[in-house]
Amino acid sequence: MPVPIDIAKVARLARLALTSEEMERYGAQLGAILEHAASLQALDIEGVPPTAHPLPMLNALRPDEVEETLDREEVLGQAPDREGPYFRVPPFMEEA
Amino acid sequence: MGYEAVIGVETHVEVATRSKMFCGCPNGFGAEPNTHICPVCLGLPGALPVPNVRAIEATVSLGLALGAEIAPRSVFHRKNYFYADLPKNYQISQFDLPLCRGGHLDVETETGVRRVGLTRVHLEEDTGKSTHLGESGRIRAAEAVLLDFNRSGVPLMEVVSEPDLRSPEEARAYAAELRALIVALGISEARLEEGQMRFDANVSVRPEGSMALGTKVEIKNMNSLRSLQRALAFEVERQTPLLEAGREVEQETRHWDEAAGVTRAGRSKEESSDYRYFPEPDLVPVTLEAALLERLRSALPELPAARRARYRALGLEPDAARLISEGEGYGDLLDAAVAAGAEARAAALWLSGEVTAHLRRVGMSLASTPLTGAHLAELDALVAAGRLSATAAKEVLAGVLAGEGAPEEVAARRDLIQISDEGVLAAAVAEVLAAHPDELARLRAGEQRLVGFLVGKVMQTTGGKADPRRVSEAIRRAAQ
Repeated sequence: MPVPIDIAKVARLARLALTSEEMERYGAQLGAILEHAASLQALDIEGVPPTAHPLPMLNALRPDEVEETLDREEVLGQAPDREGPYFRVPPFMEEA
Repeated sequence: MGYEAVIGVETHVEVATRSKMFCGCPNGFGAEPNTHICPVCLGLPGALPVPNVRAIEATVSLGLALGAEIAPRSVFHRKNYFYADLPKNYQISQFDLPLCRGGHLDVETETGVRRVGLTRVHLEEDTGKSTHLGESGRIRAAEAVLLDFNRSGVPLMEVVSEPDLRSPEEARAYAAELRALIVALGISEARLEEGQMRFDANVSVRPEGSMALGTKVEIKNMNSLRSLQRALAFEVERQTPLLEAGREVEQETRHWDEAAGVTRAGRSKEESSDYRYFPEPDLVPVTLEAALLERLRSALPELPAARRARYRALGLEPDAARLISEGEGYGDLLDAAVAAGAEARAAALWLSGEVTAHLRRVGMSLASTPLTGAHLAELDALVAAGRLSATAAKEVLAGVLAGEGAPEEVAARRDLIQISDEGVLAAAVAEVLAAHPDELARLRAGEQRLVGFLVGKVMQTTGGKADPRRVSEAIRRAAQ
């Protein structure tokens, strides 16, 4: 059963400008993916605790120690644009 | 009909670790732009984050101090949004399994102590710092944005209060108390001017006595206790007439404009679901063992409220107790002074008076001065023994702060020690009385004001080093 998707909203959240033709095509593709994933709903998971990770691992932490940093010139040299010691990017709006 | 505000505060605090939250870059303010960067905090493909254990412990310590429930198992989530100072296009944060849940903070307000409930404390990462070029005060007019990623990935703690605050003043008092607690716990220096502590708030207004909640507005971008209070006051003033006129308050996010002193409506209406939170696949869950909790609990220092209460019990006024508890290094110095025998009130007075004025003048912290608790005790003993006048004590303190040595040494070098030898004092008094037989006779006849005249003469002949109170007593005795 096809799962309805608000493709215009998904595109807006991903900051993608889609044509109406693209919306239709991607909408159908995403719908198919969701439909496939929905088959998991059929499984009986009674008594199975929710998991956040497939690995049986906990507490992969690091001590609070300073390590080496990257060379600024090397990094900025690969950026599309820079201004002095800064990355320069097109203007963007406040999040809100 | 009166109206009351219903306020909840979200506080972000940068944790003072040596390295960042998920990588080994240094965590420090004021470095050259883009020098604390690596593949992890630049969001380069393939880089893997590893959480900083110290940041987790600091968050748990705050939770323990707040009486929060510490999660036996905690998970980091991805919060997805697009913003150029967030190089990964997501922020690693926490969602439904934060490190701490619940708890409370007792806040002293004008109307008594208010217990403010806490929703949660979680850990996330800070963003980079953006500078909008060519801005005319309005972000939208910027021509370009410059990015410095030194702050990207700095551990950021978020403390969310319940909507338990009822006025902008209370919200400010809550934020101040939380700040004092965070500083006392060593989690952060919480320097507001460096952006180490920042506030957002939810505020709605309702008729007094009503239990229903009004429509809430979120205000963002408050960077000081004062702007938190001002922004909330502005919002309450804005919302109240709307309700009085029978109109609706629109649920929205507004930004505080510090320069203009107003809040402005934001543009987007993103909701929690728009952030598409999901468990961070690059990180595994964190479990907190009972032994670790026990170690953190027993390492908790004396908390600010307890410290203030202890100082009040020593006789300090409430304001002085707060100043000493919260001033950087003040409490420890006072404790050392009292342990060395100083009277608490005298030592506190010097700290809040001369010492504070001195630090302000030279722009230094207490720790960078040579002043010790033993110095304050020595100074107090000199005054108590009548060897230093109150005025001379201040001068000696200035000398100690300037690095001239211990009080006794400074007083001797500056020739400020009062005559304490009874014999010397008696001789000086006798000498003056012998030189003024007429005045002595008139004093004996009842002319009391001559005591002052004669004390002045003794002060003159001793170069101001006699204790005027004792001289006065000696003269009165001689006149009998």
